[in-house]
Amino acid sequence: MFETLILMLDATMRVSAPLILAALAGLYAERSGIVDIGLEGKILGSAFAAAAGAAVYGSAWIGLGFGVLASVFLAMIHGFACITHRGDHIVSGVAINTIVAGLTVTLSMNWFSMGGQTPTLSGDARFLSVTLPFADALADVPVIGLIYSELLSGHNILVYLAFLMVPATYWAIYKTRFGLRLRAVGENPHAVDTAGISVAFVRYRALIICGILCGIAGAYLSTAHNAGFLKDMSAGKGYMALAALIFGKWRPVPVLFACLLFGFLDALAIRMQGVEIAGIGEVPVQAIEVLPYVLTVLLLAGFIGKAVGPKAIGRPYVKERA
Amino acid sequence: MTTDTTPYAIELRDISKRFGAVQANKDICLQVPAGTVHGIIGENGAGKSTLMSIIYGFYEADTGYIEVDGKRIDIHNSQDAINAGIGMVHQHFMLVENFSVLENVILGAEGGALLKEGVETARVELQRLAQEYSLDIDVDAIVEDLPVGLQQRVEILKALYRGARILILDEPTGVLTPQEADHLFRILDALKEQGVTVLLITHKLREILASTDNVSVMRQGQMVAHRETAKTSKEELAELMVGKKVRLTVDKDEATPSDVFLSAKNISQYDKQGVKRLKNINLELRAGEIVGIAGVSGNGQSELLNVLSGIEPMTEGELHVAGQVITAKAPKDAAQMRGLKMAHVPEDRHKMGLVTGFEAYEAAVLGYHNSSDYNGKVLMNRKVMIDECNQRMADWDVRPPNPHLKTANFSGGNQQKIVIAREVEQNPDILLIGQPTRGVDIGAIENIHEQIVKLRDSGKAILLVSVELDEIMALSDRIIVMFDGAVVGELDAKDADERTLGLMMANAFNKEEQENQKGESA
Repeated sequence: MFETLILMLDATMRVSAPLILAALAGLYAERSGIVDIGLEGKILGSAFAAAAGAAVYGSAWIGLGFGVLASVFLAMIHGFACITHRGDHIVSGVAINTIVAGLTVTLSMNWFSMGGQTPTLSGDARFLSVTLPFADALADVPVIGLIYSELLSGHNILVYLAFLMVPATYWAIYKTRFGLRLRAVGENPHAVDTAGISVAFVRYRALIICGILCGIAGAYLSTAHNAGFLKDMSAGKGYMALAALIFGKWRPVPVLFACLLFGFLDALAIRMQGVEIAGIGEVPVQAIEVLPYVLTVLLLAGFIGKAVGPKAIGRPYVKERA
Repeated sequence: MTTDTTPYAIELRDISKRFGAVQANKDICLQVPAGTVHGIIGENGAGKSTLMSIIYGFYEADTGYIEVDGKRIDIHNSQDAINAGIGMVHQHFMLVENFSVLENVILGAEGGALLKEGVETARVELQRLAQEYSLDIDVDAIVEDLPVGLQQRVEILKALYRGARILILDEPTGVLTPQEADHLFRILDALKEQGVTVLLITHKLREILASTDNVSVMRQGQMVAHRETAKTSKEELAELMVGKKVRLTVDKDEATPSDVFLSAKNISQYDKQGVKRLKNINLELRAGEIVGIAGVSGNGQSELLNVLSGIEPMTEGELHVAGQVITAKAPKDAAQMRGLKMAHVPEDRHKMGLVTGFEAYEAAVLGYHNSSDYNGKVLMNRKVMIDECNQRMADWDVRPPNPHLKTANFSGGNQQKIVIAREVEQNPDILLIGQPTRGVDIGAIENIHEQIVKLRDSGKAILLVSVELDEIMALSDRIIVMFDGAVVGELDAKDADERTLGLMMANAFNKEEQENQKGESA
């Protein structure tokens, strides 16, 4: 039983990693007042760029670089539409998702002629699991050994990076000048403007960070979790990250736990596939998969605490006409 | 202009600013000696706030420039203004509500990439400032938990923390209780003693006379006068603010008022901040008369119209209309009020009178769109609407007479005719009409005035709110003057002249009462 639990938590970590990265990406964007429904598109775009780069150059790190570049580029398009031209954030985000869904498959057919996939990656072209020191030696120690060698050790570097990003984000948001301005601009951009700070510049920087994090999330999907790009491989992770962001009330640590909860439900759904539970029978996978969204809706409806987002979110900043 | 050896703290040279068709500021010149409190007074919309926004770098002037301490400076954004030692307390506070006082103060002046050091120095500095200017405040309190007076203090601290030597306060007492306002003026005195130059923007004469050294008057985007406060008077300032305009005349016979159509008893209204906006209003409106409400804009006229028309609920009092009693507990909304044969032409036709994206024939039924005249079983009857719109456009001389033109594309006067026609053609018993000729050209003004008089002569009751004194005097049979949310006087139109009204609007006859009110709200 204990071992099963450890294995499930192990799976949870793997599934949660891209969620955490994407949710934190969304946190930077939304704390600055930019609604980012385009997380999904950025993840997918990066997944493709990373897989293509890794396939061509044979290096996962070069792939990661391409993935991040692609994602930042998409984030800048979003910024150009929403910040510079004061467009509707949702429309811009949805447009990015739609374009990326089509463009990745089209480019991949043109470049690789493999029916919309990229070549299967192996060796250095993938991020492989890292064995932490003494993991093997400790494997036989009861309880701790299992936790250390099974749960904590044996993940690829991007998983560790994802978890490290949580304290890093906390520090950036609450302890730095940039963080103070970021939070202020999402609450009351007029206050930021009259304090002599450029609202647009703060928001663009937030979107660059958002792009970088989404890029890592996408690269994780195609070069670490899987061995290549598949059509629509982001499979709604961007939307789930957005749900986790709201569930975590736009704060780094609660967002981490929301991602872990959603990741655990995902791991549970896979585990429960075809399993008969006494008295209930087989639980449909979809019933578990839908839980994150149901929970988020309940939260938004005010049944579980209260989710109050940044006040100025989604509103283009226009200087008032006196 | 002057050969004074000490330069002015701030000097404006020929500042002009235009927003589309509106000339918000025209050739503004201003000289403010260092260490003085300088008042700038004018009605709402006179261009005071625009001018201050230009000084603070929120807008850039089209022409003209600014000198600080005798040196010409270019202000492109707020950072430039801050660097030049200019600080501003905005009418609507520029605070991040869920931040602490400390965080709000250091925003934009953090003193390093990490917050820690900046926070510590700010804490010490704020304590010093608080002592020096008696601006006590809990620096760790969250701003949204603070009362308005303290929030304003945060704004002042913000400016001082950035080293402001020139402090602009835009309508600072608008949201304050009299006690908080008194405290603010004590703070201003302390600032002045420390050599800070203060620019005080307001439309309240009392504040200007009580706290400034010099005063400049703005009217319709221009500086019309500069005075030493000690050498001017309420009367003179009131006259300068309102201005003498070309007299409008309207031919009309003696009014023959009959039945009371509307009577307001002790109506009061509080806004969300708990400030009393309407104070125990009593008024009667009779068939066959036009009652004009005069007052400097922002003294409760808009609130009164909103309450009477059902747009906003009253807090206390009773309203009797068409045999019905409306109270705070038994309110009626705008649609229900319309059902009592009360029509309303709102003060701001763009915000409340029209949907500017609608075609004229659609805008012409707004508010009456549920009427069976315009509706079939399922669909609206467009043909009826369009035919009626055509007819009205002919009757009211709306140009161009095209029911399919979007209302945004009509001129101000024609938009206003569409709104007034819509309300008047429903044959109401009572017409509430706010600023009927604001932004309307002269020809259309005459036309609108004639229609209003015609309506009176057919036995309707009309309540006219206008900031144009000429309009009030030309149209009204009876004039009620509002000041600070209360009715401060009433007179027969025959006895009214500009001077008397101006004094009443400045509440110059009611000094004692003012003092009493202050005591009351304590």
